[in-house]
Amino acid sequence: MELLSGGEMIAQALKDEGVEFIFGYPGGAVLHIYDALFKSDGGVPHVLVRHEQAATHAADGYARATGRPGVVLVTSGPGATNAITGIATAYMDSIPMVVFSGQVASHLIGEDAFQETDMVGVSRPIVKHSFMVRHASELPETIKKAFTLATTGRPGPVVIDIPKDITRPDEKFEYHYPESVRMRSYSPAQRGHTGQIKKAARMLLGARRPMIYSGGGVILGEASDLLVALAKHLNYPVTNTLMGLGAYPGSDPQFLGMLGMHGFYEANTAMHNADVILAVGARFDDRVTNTVSKFCPGAKIIHIDIDPASISKTVPADIPIVGPVREVLTELIAQLDKIQAGEPEPLPDPDALARWWQQIEEWRGKHGLWSGRRYGESDYIMPQQVIESLYRATAGDAYVTSDVGQHQMFAAQYYRFDKPRRWINSGGLGTMGFGLPAAMGVKLAFPDSDVACVTGEGSIQMNIQELSTCKQYNTPIKIINLRNNYLGMVKQWQDMQYEGRYAMSTYEDSLPDFIKLVEAYGHVGMQVRKLADLDAAMDEAFAMRDRLVFLDVFVDPMEHVYPMHVAPNGSMKDMWLSKNERS
Amino acid sequence: MRRIIAILLENEPGALSRVVGLFSQRGYNIETLNVAPTEDPTLSRLTLTTVGDDKHIEQITKHLHRLVDVVKVIDLTGGAHVERDLMLIKVRAVGAQREEIKRTTDIFRGQVVDVAPNVYTIQLTGTTDKLDSFVSAMAEMDILEVVRSGVAGISRGDRVLRL
Ligand SMILES: Cc1cc2nc3c(=O)[nH]c(=O)nc-3n(C[C@H](O)[C@H](O)[C@H](O)COP(=O)(O)OP(=O)(O)OC[C@H]3O[C@@H](n4cnc5c(N)ncnc54)[C@H](O)[C@@H]3O)c2cc1C
Ligand SMILES: Cc1ncc(C[n+]2csc(CCOP(=O)(O)OP(=O)(O)O)c2C)c(N)n1
Ligand SMILES: [Mg+2]
Repeated sequence: MELLSGGEMIAQALKDEGVEFIFGYPGGAVLHIYDALFKSDGGVPHVLVRHEQAATHAADGYARATGRPGVVLVTSGPGATNAITGIATAYMDSIPMVVFSGQVASHLIGEDAFQETDMVGVSRPIVKHSFMVRHASELPETIKKAFTLATTGRPGPVVIDIPKDITRPDEKFEYHYPESVRMRSYSPAQRGHTGQIKKAARMLLGARRPMIYSGGGVILGEASDLLVALAKHLNYPVTNTLMGLGAYPGSDPQFLGMLGMHGFYEANTAMHNADVILAVGARFDDRVTNTVSKFCPGAKIIHIDIDPASISKTVPADIPIVGPVREVLTELIAQLDKIQAGEPEPLPDPDALARWWQQIEEWRGKHGLWSGRRYGESDYIMPQQVIESLYRATAGDAYVTSDVGQHQMFAAQYYRFDKPRRWINSGGLGTMGFGLPAAMGVKLAFPDSDVACVTGEGSIQMNIQELSTCKQYNTPIKIINLRNNYLGMVKQWQDMQYEGRYAMSTYEDSLPDFIKLVEAYGHVGMQVRKLADLDAAMDEAFAMRDRLVFLDVFVDPMEHVYPMHVAPNGSMKDMWLSKNERS
Repeated sequence: MRRIIAILLENEPGALSRVVGLFSQRGYNIETLNVAPTEDPTLSRLTLTTVGDDKHIEQITKHLHRLVDVVKVIDLTGGAHVERDLMLIKVRAVGAQREEIKRTTDIFRGQVVDVAPNVYTIQLTGTTDKLDSFVSAMAEMDILEVVRSGVAGISRGDRVLRL
């Protein structure tokens, strides 16, 4: 057996775990670890960000795009607390991540030592689990446990807090990295309950107005192919949550678009009128349901989720199925086949289904997002047009990260994601500043693919320092800034609920010259003000394969995101369709 | 409705704070909390009481299960169970009061565990209700200090909570 120091063990364990990148930032408490990484032969490459928040978002973007856990290394105190927003972002969207945080030496803990923060305590509500390492010999098993927890069951971030003395170079211990670990108190469901799945199959086949409502869990559980197989098998309509976009192909005719607060009219209306809803890996978020007591009044609900705590949390399920989506869907499809083969009459009732589709087509034709031009006209470029141009320029096949705000919703609505893991955004926490570092992580994972970051002039400034990291590691992403000169989403609410009082949602004349700014970082900046120039600029940006391009597109500052649920007290079907039109 | 939840927990630093944190984080109340290691020193046994309807308790139980340090959880309220709370109560005891306090203590099957010239310290075990009644019965007296362990609970019969 090898003898290694704690620092060397961490470097070696990451290699043994097959980690591709470490995103991090050094400091006193982790210097032994950094030195071990430096000396490690053929060790895991490390990406030096410019702010620890960006390390977590970059690792998160990497994880969302690849399905593999993101890895972060930060120092104690301010390094650790800077990472908190990114950990919380990953937690809310169930993203696998392992965060190594340095800690002051064991004998100093609790003494308000220099750069001491109780990281295990501070991060407790936003991690799947956390460890404080007490002896170097615990490291291999603890690290294996952390990766196991982060990536199995309902994924999530795991923190390993490591006092500095544990990583001392002069104290060496036996190192053996375990193949697997068991934790007696941890056993996520491996398959669904067969009886429940049979019941669900019956209920699905008896449906007359069915809907499949699928979410991020289908992507996390790598089950898009099965979702498509199920929907095709039954010819049932599908809607995705913001987190589920791409789990079902966005350009498929059975896809009704996103549902929820800014969901498509056809998706929300069909949900409201459904008699059976199959919820798969979706958690009935309040951005989806609108007023819970008015949610889909006539619907029976089948709910598949690996986390029992997601089931019946807000909306009670009629048939709960706890289990991993791949295994459950496989069994469900087999049960459907079996029941259908044993019935003399065709199931589901073809006439009822035809009528349902007819009704849906009517809704689609009336106010559907693709029923015609759904946005207004002005002297400005409309933000929706920018996303349409991006879609065209990238043939719908880019990785698109986004920040938070109106631009995020326009991207979600207008970029039709056909594949899972292509749409990368912060849904649960809604973290402005996510987009740029996340795009960095994605581009490092897929250097040959188009990676675009759709952002706003507000959000981009929350982690703009990462332009420097992009320079250092040559990540030629395309930043598409939907420049409306407002904190647009805030302004929209102020227009709708505060009679247009723009309290702190404008920057007056203080915005930087973004072109000069990105040039100062060594990148290319382009400004677009006229619609006639948009497509050419977009193509030019993507044609520069090896340069980061910042496209500053001036869009209509007065535009709102529609549809938008009527709140408070509205149901799924109650929407604003434009500034003066309601469903 | 009042519920008694029993939990087997890894006897690890920080494990208890995860359980307690969960309650405050999710807006649930802890009325009483009792925790100590079991015959297996790697495990702690925790009993807590809380108030909530079925939906509430189901959600709490699910969230408790999600904690990696939590090994087992049961809601004792539904089945037959034994619950005990331990109280130590210090009261001023002078003159005629001494006899009366002693009598009340006997009626409740308590014991005087410490005697000082002007003070009795009484030990009492039983259900929460019984201890509450004793405190009420002592209302006339000068109560100096009350300390209670919080409920410890165990199910009756064959049903056990173990690995
Ligand atoms: C400005 C803004 C506006 C928004 N508007 C909308 C909107 O209009 N519509 C909308 O939908 N969202 C919207 N959101 C996002 C919203 O806040 C939630 O993040 C989102 O709705 C949650 O998506 P989800 O239900 O798919 O759950 P996720 O957060 O993706 O959770 C996944 C679920 O799947 C489960 N799961 C994980 N792995 C597996 C597996 N292997 N097998 C089975 N189950 C698994 C998990 O336990 C969890 O319950 C908005 C966010 C922002 C910031
Ligand atoms: C870190 C953070 N702070 C505040 C918010 C609240 N918020 C949501 S959207 C938004 C405005 C975003 O402005 P911009 O990035 O310009 O996007 P736009 O809405 O204009 O497209 C704000 C402030 C948030 N989501 N995240
Ligand atoms: Mg803006």
